[in-house]
Amino acid sequence: AGDGSGPVLGEGTGPPAPERVLFPPTFSVSEIKNKQRRHFMFLRWKQQQRKEKLALKKKRKKEREALGDKAPPKAIPKTIENQRVYDETTVDPNDEEVAFDEATDEFAPYFNRQTVPKILITTSDRPRGRTVRFCEQLATVIPNSHVYYRRGLALKRIIPQCIARDFTDLIVINEDRKIPNGLVLSHLPDGPTAHFRMSSVRLRKEIKRKGKEPTEHVPEVILNNFTTRLGHSIGRMFAALFPHDPQFIGRQVATFHNQRDYIFFRFHRYIFKSEKKVGIQELGPRFTLKLRSLQKGTFDSKFGEYEWIHKRREMDTSRRKFHL
Amino acid sequence: SSQVVWSMLGNRQFCSYKMTTKTQNFCRNEYNLTGLCNRSSCPLANSQYATVREEKGRCYLYMKTIERAAFPRRLWERVLLSKNYEKALEEIDENLIYWPRFIRHKCKQRFTKITQYLIRIRKLTLKRQRKLVPLRRKIERRENRREEKALIAAQLDNAIEKELLERLKQDTYGDIYNFPIHAFDKALQQQDAESESESDAEREEDDDDEDVDKREFVEAEDSELSDFEDMDKLETSSEEEQEEEEEVEKRASHSKSKGKTPLKGPARRKRPYIEIEYEEETEPGTKTKTA
Repeated sequence: AGDGSGPVLGEGTGPPAPERVLFPPTFSVSEIKNKQRRHFMFLRWKQQQRKEKLALKKKRKKEREALGDKAPPKAIPKTIENQRVYDETTVDPNDEEVAFDEATDEFAPYFNRQTVPKILITTSDRPRGRTVRFCEQLATVIPNSHVYYRRGLALKRIIPQCIARDFTDLIVINEDRKIPNGLVLSHLPDGPTAHFRMSSVRLRKEIKRKGKEPTEHVPEVILNNFTTRLGHSIGRMFAALFPHDPQFIGRQVATFHNQRDYIFFRFHRYIFKSEKKVGIQELGPRFTLKLRSLQKGTFDSKFGEYEWIHKRREMDTSRRKFHL
Repeated sequence: SSQVVWSMLGNRQFCSYKMTTKTQNFCRNEYNLTGLCNRSSCPLANSQYATVREEKGRCYLYMKTIERAAFPRRLWERVLLSKNYEKALEEIDENLIYWPRFIRHKCKQRFTKITQYLIRIRKLTLKRQRKLVPLRRKIERRENRREEKALIAAQLDNAIEKELLERLKQDTYGDIYNFPIHAFDKALQQQDAESESESDAEREEDDDDEDVDKREFVEAEDSELSDFEDMDKLETSSEEEQEEEEEVEKRASHSKSKGKTPLKGPARRKRPYIEIEYEEETEPGTKTKTA
């Protein structure tokens, strides 16, 4: 055989491989023409690599132990969250300007407890079964919400009627091919409008090990990881959906968790088993949202003033850059 | 010669405008009045012919007469019809006076249909129009994958549990939950010299005698030993210990729920909290039964 692996050839698959396989210097496993042999050699090479890696690890560990206290601290593994590109709009908790802005923006009446949230949930035209059920479940999760079906009415005409009837928020669930895939959340007395892409919607019956139905108690709200200014405003929008005083008797909690620009919504019932342990049980629907645009006034796609639009070419260039 | 034309095109030879289906013959000629392939509707086989056609929302009457048969460029004469429906009908009548009844009638019918669909177009454009935005497959796939990864990175259950425990520590729940013991112990240990608040001090005084007992009891609770050990202490202890004790018992009897409490968990939980005050003395009785 002219491939230079003469001494190894004779072994085939029978006798066990030697501890250290010697390859001539300019040899690579991929040059063997015979597939079976090539495969075998490749496995052998892989095993060798693994062994070397293990040996290296052990050596490092031994060194570490040998050093004892003087050992350098363990390296923190890099995660995407660690490597996140620093966003200059990140909110500092003590920032006065942000606090002032938030005291005077459209949600101020809610946070000053002047208004009680009243939500209107509706869909796009002709909703199919899944969307309808999702709307109903969402209505049970959010207190003081009403579901109305849209029979071809224009949103622009619904909005003044809603304002007249004292609604504070409008949720429109857009549907495509019988599954809900978009959410428009609009704060009503000329508040901001946020348009989300909704994915992985799970209805209550699809959730495993779920509990009983959510009761009428007002749930608590958890907002996680909304760090930038944009994230802050979105977080406040979500908070404004729920009444201010949660009823702790109900032990229900609605969570909006932001991770890498995806907002996960979950609805749980919790119980404190002890000081250090809490058990949670998922009830209620779950879905994930991704922000597509934030608009200053109420819903107006043509003439509205957009505060933020997701532009794929500009914003999706880096894997470590997130906006919420 | 229109006869000749018809006998050629209509029946025997090939007409490129003719479309045949199982039941009908259609004529694709743009000047055709009815759209069917008939002797009376064929614009090629009739030397005197008229149609109504619309362009950009305006309707025109097209006429063809035998005198201009030799001039193909000037063959079709075009008359703009008024926007007013009745007036336009009169105009058609005026222009097609002395023409065969069939053509006049069909022209008016066609004109009516055209105006009706123009009205409908105008109405529909005023309503909301559904804009179809195409999905991009690569982007959809990418976003789905990133969502999955984000979900894994989020570790939602842990995050929620942590947040809830934080809130418990921050005392947002007030007096609902009866776990103050650990907190107080820690406070005592951490701040020996100073007492955090008067309530702490009061508590200290109250539990002075049973401090030792309590301490031991608490450790047993942590390690979750069996009921019987606790039962001994139960007789001599106070109300509070009974509460914890019940929790231990219930927990042990539930055979250790994992992260999420099973269905019966929350529902069952409520009862001990309520029954404590009433069934202080009967509790040991029930325990002996179950034991």
